[in-house]
Amino acid sequence: MSELPSEIESWIGQRKYEEWGEFDVERGYIFSSCSSVQNANPLFWDEKAALEIADGLIAPPTMISVWFRPHFWSPGRTEEAVALQLHFDLKKVLQLPEAVMTDNTITFYEPVRVGDRLKTTQILRSVSDLKTTKLGTGRFWILEVEAENAKGELCAVESYTGFGYNRSSDGNE
Amino acid sequence: METNSLTLDEIEIGQELPELSIDVTPSTVVLGALATRDWRPMHHDKDFAQDRNGTRHIFINTPHNAAYFERYITDWTGPLGRLGKIQFKMSDSVFPGDTMVFHGKVEGKNIDGTGCGWVDLVIRLTVGEKTPTRCNARVAIPTGTSDNPWKRKGSSWHPNGDA
Repeated sequence: MSELPSEIESWIGQRKYEEWGEFDVERGYIFSSCSSVQNANPLFWDEKAALEIADGLIAPPTMISVWFRPHFWSPGRTEEAVALQLHFDLKKVLQLPEAVMTDNTITFYEPVRVGDRLKTTQILRSVSDLKTTKLGTGRFWILEVEAENAKGELCAVESYTGFGYNRSSDGNE
Repeated sequence: METNSLTLDEIEIGQELPELSIDVTPSTVVLGALATRDWRPMHHDKDFAQDRNGTRHIFINTPHNAAYFERYITDWTGPLGRLGKIQFKMSDSVFPGDTMVFHGKVEGKNIDGTGCGWVDLVIRLTVGEKTPTRCNARVAIPTGTSDNPWKRKGSSWHPNGDA
């Protein structure tokens, strides 16, 4: 398992899982998000302020991943749908059953507006050699998600560093 | 309109942002997980978090962490402050029972080639003596009372600092 499987090597740099979000950007989730962190920014609560400042209602930039996370369940679905499918593909192929995210970088471009539907693309940038941390032994990987709106305008590029691992024998942190 | 937003001339390198303290409860963690549509059990199921992740409790998820950083930054800048880039590293998790405190400092400020004002912030999220998360953020700030970074797009918006 110390060698990176050729299948995984071939994924690096490939654009995978180009897909549209399952619902339009809407205010209910914006209110829920702002409430969860007590964000009183009038851009997200006051339509007049949003119109004057940002030409209309927009979502908090850091909500970007909300708009492409799948529903927990939907009719006809037989398997769990997950955000960042590539992350789960890596866990499966590398036989690393546990995983955490350690780093997150988001670059923001065109604001996400109420009523938008976003399209995302997942790209694997790198996979490390085997490493041992306090959680266990596994590999770090860097994934990018590009999000664009229906006009084809880039809204954000989000980069995640994940650590997939087998738990160490002593377990707890 | 009156926005109570900072302008670039009001900001100095080395300036510290007001601290923000949050007492974390299970509700804090679960509210954030649901608001970010993160259904994974380690953010709402204590048994799963302990047995599968090896952590002592459920813990705050990544996008909720990001939402807290955004709130902390724009509480300070006002609504005309526009996030360009945010980067954070989580070396430990934040659990119910923790008090997380945000500390921020201005590390840089400049006006780019398009005339957009920027500040670079370094933010630490501490819990007691530990620093579970460190964040770097690049935020556009009005250069004067008539400037509004939200009006920028395309070639006049360079969140990576390449203008």
